[in-house]
Amino acid sequence: MWRDIVLVAGKDLRIESRSRVTFSQVVPFAGLVLVLFGFALDANRPVLERATSGLFWITVMFVTTLAVQRSTSIETTDGARRALLLAGIEPVAVFVGKAAAIAVQLLAVELVLVGGIVVLYGADIESFALVAATCLVATVGIAGAGTLLGALVAGVRARETVLPILLLPVLAPVLIGATRAFDDALGSVAVDGWAWLGMLAGFGAVNLVLGALTYGVLLEET
Amino acid sequence: MPIIALDGVVALLGRFPALAGVDLAVGSGEIVLLQGPNGAGKSTLLRVCAGLQRIESGRALVLDHDVVTDRAAVRRSVGLLGHDTALYDDLSVEENLRFWARVSRVDAAALDGALDRLGVADRLRNVPVRHLSAGQRRRTALAAVVVRRPQLWLLDEPHAGLDQSGRDLIDGLIRSAAAAGATVLLASHELDRTIELASRHVTVAGGTITRDRTV
Repeated sequence: MWRDIVLVAGKDLRIESRSRVTFSQVVPFAGLVLVLFGFALDANRPVLERATSGLFWITVMFVTTLAVQRSTSIETTDGARRALLLAGIEPVAVFVGKAAAIAVQLLAVELVLVGGIVVLYGADIESFALVAATCLVATVGIAGAGTLLGALVAGVRARETVLPILLLPVLAPVLIGATRAFDDALGSVAVDGWAWLGMLAGFGAVNLVLGALTYGVLLEET
Repeated sequence: MPIIALDGVVALLGRFPALAGVDLAVGSGEIVLLQGPNGAGKSTLLRVCAGLQRIESGRALVLDHDVVTDRAAVRRSVGLLGHDTALYDDLSVEENLRFWARVSRVDAAALDGALDRLGVADRLRNVPVRHLSAGQRRRTALAAVVVRRPQLWLLDEPHAGLDQSGRDLIDGLIRSAAAAGATVLLASHELDRTIELASRHVTVAGGTITRDRTV
């Protein structure tokens, strides 16, 4: 199964590196959102500093909808989903492989965004370890939930609009947990960020298990 | 043992019956032409035989495997060329075929031979699929089927989008597959061309088989 996971993830990342959608469109979009939030709140600098963590993760949520839509359309555009079924590949390998590819892309975007909040919002990172751990753990959950919901809406005609409606509420726990953990890492609010990581890890585990159990059904039925 | 044994198969597309009680038995080495008007149920019939279409009632055995309870075995044994080519636009011809060969547990060394047989020129192998013509895409998709060495070939309008040499090539491929003992089920509107290939001519209309004759 690991071999298939690597094949699927490698295929998605190779497609991404060829199309350069992440770096030519998604990263600029994320940067633009960050800049616009800055314009909206810059007049009240303390509010901007206080809201930095939340703005960072809201931007990540927006980026996630783009990454998941892209990942889903790769398989639906020319009937590749059907070919995956015919190939006899384990659905759980497809799920983990596609989630891993999304996670790698999101982590790359988050790296750029961390630089963005330091430069644009003047964020002062007090714990790089907590920032890195939060990004890693939250992204696993986001990618798992995104891949699962991407498969759920794959057969829906208006999936571009349906996906955010389904995905953003599901990601609300990540927004809350990751924002609190970042608040601690940036020193903007006195809170135990490491404790929030536990909640994020739980969210990630639930989504991975749910995906492993149900992705095959979604691949067959949608 | 028949390669395909369908008994009263009913299948729906949404709420509409695409197959309304189909009985069909196909033996080894046969080339069966499915012919009928648009919406007759030909493509659905091919998907049933590939284990990709849910059936509401009846029984379908492919290579002695039940398409409902043992669909993984069915899928491993068939090669399907549908309307879609299942190719990734941003990957090259070779990357696409190598990916499908690996996930299908097929020897990737057979790729060169398959591409040669399909007339996919060496210069095209590293070209992203998005730059291929419709005919070149079709040939590449068929190469992915050839590499699997299926026991049952399911071809939906295999000549679509191909030039004359491509059509001749596909005809030769179908004949040699059948000569090697594989069974071919092909749906086509090109009666003049495919009737010469077929050993059997099955007419489908309104989700049922209305005529079945040996050619």
